[in-house]
Amino acid sequence: MSDKLAHLRRRNSNIPLHLMLLPGVLVTLIYAYGPILGVVMAFQKYEPALGFLKSEWVGWENFEYVFNLPDFNQVLWNTVLIASLKIVFSLMVPLLLALLLNEVTKNWFKRIIQTSIFLPFFLSWAVLGGVILELFSLNGPINSLVSSLGLEPTMFMGNNSWFRAIIIGSDVWKGMGYNMIIFLAAITGINASLYEAAEVDGAGRWKQMVHITLPGMMPIIILIGTLSLGGILNAGFDQILIMYNPIVYEGADVIDTFTYRLGLFSQQFAPATAVGLFKSGISLALVSLSYYLAYKFSNYRIF
Amino acid sequence: MFYKQSINRKLFVWVNAAALTFITLIGIVPFIHLLAVSLSSNTAAMAGEVKLIPIGITLDAYDYLIHKVEFLRSLVVSLKRVVLGTAINMFLVFITAYPLAKSTEQFRARTAYVWFFAITIFLGGGLIPTFIIVKETGLINSIWALILPGALNVWNMIMMLNFFRGIPKEMEEAATIDGAGHWVLLWKIYLPVSLPSIATIGLFTVVGHWNSWFDGILYMNSPENYPLQTYLSTLITAMNAQIQSISVEQLKALENLSEKTLRTAQIFMGALPILMVYPFLQKYFIKGMTVGSVKE
Repeated sequence: MSDKLAHLRRRNSNIPLHLMLLPGVLVTLIYAYGPILGVVMAFQKYEPALGFLKSEWVGWENFEYVFNLPDFNQVLWNTVLIASLKIVFSLMVPLLLALLLNEVTKNWFKRIIQTSIFLPFFLSWAVLGGVILELFSLNGPINSLVSSLGLEPTMFMGNNSWFRAIIIGSDVWKGMGYNMIIFLAAITGINASLYEAAEVDGAGRWKQMVHITLPGMMPIIILIGTLSLGGILNAGFDQILIMYNPIVYEGADVIDTFTYRLGLFSQQFAPATAVGLFKSGISLALVSLSYYLAYKFSNYRIF
Repeated sequence: MFYKQSINRKLFVWVNAAALTFITLIGIVPFIHLLAVSLSSNTAAMAGEVKLIPIGITLDAYDYLIHKVEFLRSLVVSLKRVVLGTAINMFLVFITAYPLAKSTEQFRARTAYVWFFAITIFLGGGLIPTFIIVKETGLINSIWALILPGALNVWNMIMMLNFFRGIPKEMEEAATIDGAGHWVLLWKIYLPVSLPSIATIGLFTVVGHWNSWFDGILYMNSPENYPLQTYLSTLITAMNAQIQSISVEQLKALENLSEKTLRTAQIFMGALPILMVYPFLQKYFIKGMTVGSVKE
């Protein structure tokens, strides 16, 4: 029987398998590998008319030019600061929510809460950005609340520190449902007999959480934490792009938005690519490190 | 002792419920506000009087909206994009995952192909080189610029691949003995059993296509080709530009010039399909997330 199967399999040629892969390979070759090769323009004096192949090579000139731009250090600092704060809060807030939600015994209540917390995750930054700008505008509801407390209305979106806080807060708001659900799933996976034993020993809910729930969630907390390490230079491109304005460039201009303006508004293709390559280089190192750590600590693998 | 603890517990349950309700309201209230503004009279909305209940309730904004060319045509572009883009995405995910789910002894080239695709997770050309390739391949201003560059989502393909690996080998072996080749296996055996997975991945793909706005800005030269979310983003950018004006008084004057109710109505319409469908499909989204475990 299995001989016959092996024989049939051998006769069943693998050509169809290659054919099935062809469309995916083509698309990937053009739109993923094409840009990867296009990165060479970071080392060229790129002329659109000449293309990647014929433009003049200039070595590290574009990098030197960009690193010496007066805003570059500020942009780098903004990126790391905003991204790290996002990583920390996007881990802590959902963790807290999952622990609180876990204490809810009424299922209908649990479901309503979970549904509404998860909702913003599915909306675009075009919509959410519009909502936030509306809320924080000068005659918006937040400012009328501020006025009713007897304070001066604030231009939240035109103030660097407020704007940064809003960027971080709204990102946590959009994403918290996702990690919360991952955490809730981890809690469900904890062995129920541990809780029974703890109850027999007289441990209350608080002690159960500290000694059973949290340690049980540690692997997934560490895993998500490590994997987000690779995103330390991703401060949230489309979110910031839709909400920022020149007044808050100082506090909220990040590598991606900087590259976008440099490349597509100022038409400085090559220097913008150099910034992009600088970012990808660091990100690649960090992502590799984070996957290695995730594999080592949590046995996590993509395949 | 026992009595005291149960009082504490009761107190905690109430405080906890209150806290969670508060957090939930933070998530919902902005959308209620948006809807309230869009249903209010323009004067009330501009004066900033509207909180959660419409003042001078009117459907004027929506009435105007269904005749507004920019809004309608971008809606059509979005629908086209969602249908075409999702169909192509799912086809590619399905047809690419099948060969890669084979064992290495059966399909020797598998490892090379897997590396070929996996590398693109870690490496990317970045914004400018991608833009140039899209331009060079002649897609600027065409709907294909919104579909082809991301036509194969490698993460989704891996999810599909892992699902294929879980399909019992016996099904395939029996069909092979009956003389079925790879194409027959693909369409007659794998497709029917993987419909639930296709639906789950498809759901995320639909939402992704509906929500993308930046590629529209990047690749479309004329606003006629903007999908809805890109069109919305231009409204928001225009509103944002006002913040640059010098004084608070000037800003107030400018804010009053904008048609606030119309803008909120359009933003609300951009969110509406998801607001309507999401509560019913939520469990499938969650299933998709937990099946693929941590997706990011």
